[in-house]
Amino acid sequence: MNIQLRYFASLREAVGRDSETLEWEPDASPSAADVIERLRARGGRWAEAFAADNPLMCAINQEMCDPGQRLKEGDELALFPPVTGG
Amino acid sequence: MESILVTTEPFDPHAESAALHARNPAVGAVVDFIGWMRDFNEGDPVTAMTLEHYPGMTEKALQRIVAEAESRWDLLGVRIVHRVGELKPSEPIVLVAVASAHRGDAFRACEFLIDYLKTRAPFWKKETTRDGERWVQARHSDRAAEARWKEEISKDTSQD
Repeated sequence: MNIQLRYFASLREAVGRDSETLEWEPDASPSAADVIERLRARGGRWAEAFAADNPLMCAINQEMCDPGQRLKEGDELALFPPVTGG
Repeated sequence: MESILVTTEPFDPHAESAALHARNPAVGAVVDFIGWMRDFNEGDPVTAMTLEHYPGMTEKALQRIVAEAESRWDLLGVRIVHRVGELKPSEPIVLVAVASAHRGDAFRACEFLIDYLKTRAPFWKKETTRDGERWVQARHSDRAAEARWKEEISKDTSQD
């Protein structure tokens, strides 16, 4: 299955891209935390960007989510630092 | 009037707020919060700011918090305008204007809206200082403000 990934702000700069399509094993329903773990395992700048002490927020299909929330085929998962608007 | 606008263009917060009650004689109170760009942050002069956002999610997140405010208080109108892109000091970043028959609901809803916007709407500020550009860090006080509302809301709900 495919998951659409979006990165924003300092995280976008740290990983050097704003989006990608991530392939995942069919019939799986990974959580946002599972995806983050796999991205971290890429090492280098990815390990740094997703270091455990780096505060991170996530959204699935443009709704804020908990890291435990599960994804299905075609979902858009956005990863970003804590928001600073207003 | 659409209640939410995310724009790269400068805007006039006072004109936006005035439009909230201009056509509605039932409005007895309008409370505005206007966030202005400061020329100083964390001890350094700031000469410019760039605001990034998540198009699509931003509008949805703002619509959701407006709907939440409308369900909690008697409101006659809400207008939220938020700048994105390049900003200069002394320009307005955000307007939250709330119209109601009486001041109590307008004051409380306005504070609720800006507190929630600060922690739940996907905007990110990057500021330019003498030493280059840096991302603005989220403030603990903003999280604390949101947490206070959550506590208050759960208290209200348990009393209902």
